Amino acid sequence: MSHTRYRVQEAGAPRPFPPEAMARIEKILKRYPTKQAALLPVLWVAQETWGWVSKESAEEVARLLGLPVSHVDGVLTFYTMYNLRPVGKHLLQFCTSISCHLAGAGRLVARCEKRLGIGLEETTADGKFTLLEVECIAGCDRAPSMMINDAYHEPMDEKKLDDLLDRLGRES
Amino acid sequence: MDPVLTARIAKPGSRGIDGYVADGGYGAWKKVLSEGWTPERLTEEVKKSGLRGRGGAGFPTGVKWGFIPKDTKGKPVYLLCNADESEPGTFKDRLLMEKDPHQVVEGVILSAYAIKCRDAYIYIRGEFYDGARILEAAVAEAYAQGLLGEKIFGSAYSLDLTVHRGAGAYICGEETGLIESLEGKRGQPRIKPPFPAVSGVFGAPTIVNNVETLACVVHIVNRGAEWFAKIGRNEKNTGPKLYCLSGQVNRPGVYEAALGLQLKDLIFGDAYGRGMKDGRKVKAVIPGGASANMLTAAEIEDCPLDFDGVAAKGSMLGSAAIIVMNEDTCIVDAARNLSKFFSHESCGQCTPCREGTPWLHKVLDRIEEGAGRPEDIALLERICNQMANGMTICVFADAAIAGPLSSVKKFADEYRHHVENKRCLVGPRAEAAAVTV
Repeated sequence: MSHTRYRVQEAGAPRPFPPEAMARIEKILKRYPTKQAALLPVLWVAQETWGWVSKESAEEVARLLGLPVSHVDGVLTFYTMYNLRPVGKHLLQFCTSISCHLAGAGRLVARCEKRLGIGLEETTADGKFTLLEVECIAGCDRAPSMMINDAYHEPMDEKKLDDLLDRLGRES
Repeated sequence: MDPVLTARIAKPGSRGIDGYVADGGYGAWKKVLSEGWTPERLTEEVKKSGLRGRGGAGFPTGVKWGFIPKDTKGKPVYLLCNADESEPGTFKDRLLMEKDPHQVVEGVILSAYAIKCRDAYIYIRGEFYDGARILEAAVAEAYAQGLLGEKIFGSAYSLDLTVHRGAGAYICGEETGLIESLEGKRGQPRIKPPFPAVSGVFGAPTIVNNVETLACVVHIVNRGAEWFAKIGRNEKNTGPKLYCLSGQVNRPGVYEAALGLQLKDLIFGDAYGRGMKDGRKVKAVIPGGASANMLTAAEIEDCPLDFDGVAAKGSMLGSAAIIVMNEDTCIVDAARNLSKFFSHESCGQCTPCREGTPWLHKVLDRIEEGAGRPEDIALLERICNQMANGMTICVFADAAIAGPLSSVKKFADEYRHHVENKRCLVGPRAEAAAVTV
């Protein structure tokens, strides 16, 4: 677990859920016998609403579900897909587990670092890209596999990666 | 063997309910309701089929269902479909969910009926955004056609099914970790007993079954337990199986075959992997995902890929994730990579695992980087032996030592070469380093 996952950061403003998100949360709550069981899905709603989960969103989720803030923090820092600080528009997630590793995933990550001028878990100054290494994403037959936000891009190679970074970099 | 679980995956529109029903889909569920099968009869049928869990442990599914107490003292029974497929090398459930989601939904419905479950959940790993969207659409279609919900087809049986997304944690594939996670907690496994069938999610009797296991139930009902039991190497290893082939082979992918397919056939057969990439030789094979002991090239001879066949070789079938490494693979580097995974994924609950997994990774890293000490090889073995075999709440630590420990034992020369010569024996780093020495 990386050191960046130990602390939930502040957004600097209160985070009431917009009505549309509240409607989703109401629906989610109906599916579970306890409010606590809705925690992971509601945290997903928070992340989809603001792009990351701040201290203030965690407090709002805790209030809605009647949970201690410390419990929500504990869950947030456990699950690696919750962004504990703002991330770039394109979240580049390279799988580096065994099958992707054997297929040269390490070279792709190194190339990406060099091209973007950032290291792992960093975001480019223009806020476009955040670079992450992830563990097995079940794309082993199409190794090396990667995801950009919620979509798979596999198998990846250096040429495809260059083209993708060029294209996404040009987008405003 | 004609494909069973993957029969529909290549069809256009394989995801929709209309196509599924046109191919006989939901026929098993309608059969159970119209013929008035009792839950007990369904459980008996699954027992007779010999179906063993496809998630990794290989426990007989019908027997597991039978552990639900007869009298639950008013508590509801829960069925949790384990779709947290995260074992490195495994990608079969992703295929089933993305390409034929209704087969999975029907499997969940039938199994829920067998254990008298009122509320079922599909716990799907967070990274499967597509899988979750596709399953949610399938569940909505099933509700719309009255296959799910209140008093299904006028029977007394009601079932609700919810797709629940995880958020990035391998350990939630462990059944009690999954249960904790579904309850809205950190996914840290529980001490057993009590077993989930007695006290699982929300303190109620709970069955956790893998996606592929549940999909098998559809076909057992459709074609009968005897048909299912005839497929496979012997009566202890029955049914069709999805094999995940990856690594340095010509044609990686998901292949369906009768349980007991020969490992060499999977790697070299025309219908499967079609041999090693660039004609290289096999060096090592991991037959059951990152948690399984490595096999050497000699050990893959006469190795039937089923629960007992792989166990007889001193490894395990696990999730049937076969990862093939060629002669140019540095075994220390591979072990280091495996240890990185387990170091990252340890839930942190038990000290031997929380401290042991990063320690293993650190020692393997320094051996691979040419900074290994002569005593490091013995140290690796000592760390491994102190982590596993009942020192922790769950079997994660046992899984974490499998790759490192089996490779140290089976490729001792290569480890020694690293420590003595400060570089790899094979692979690109062997030559690059040699030039500078």
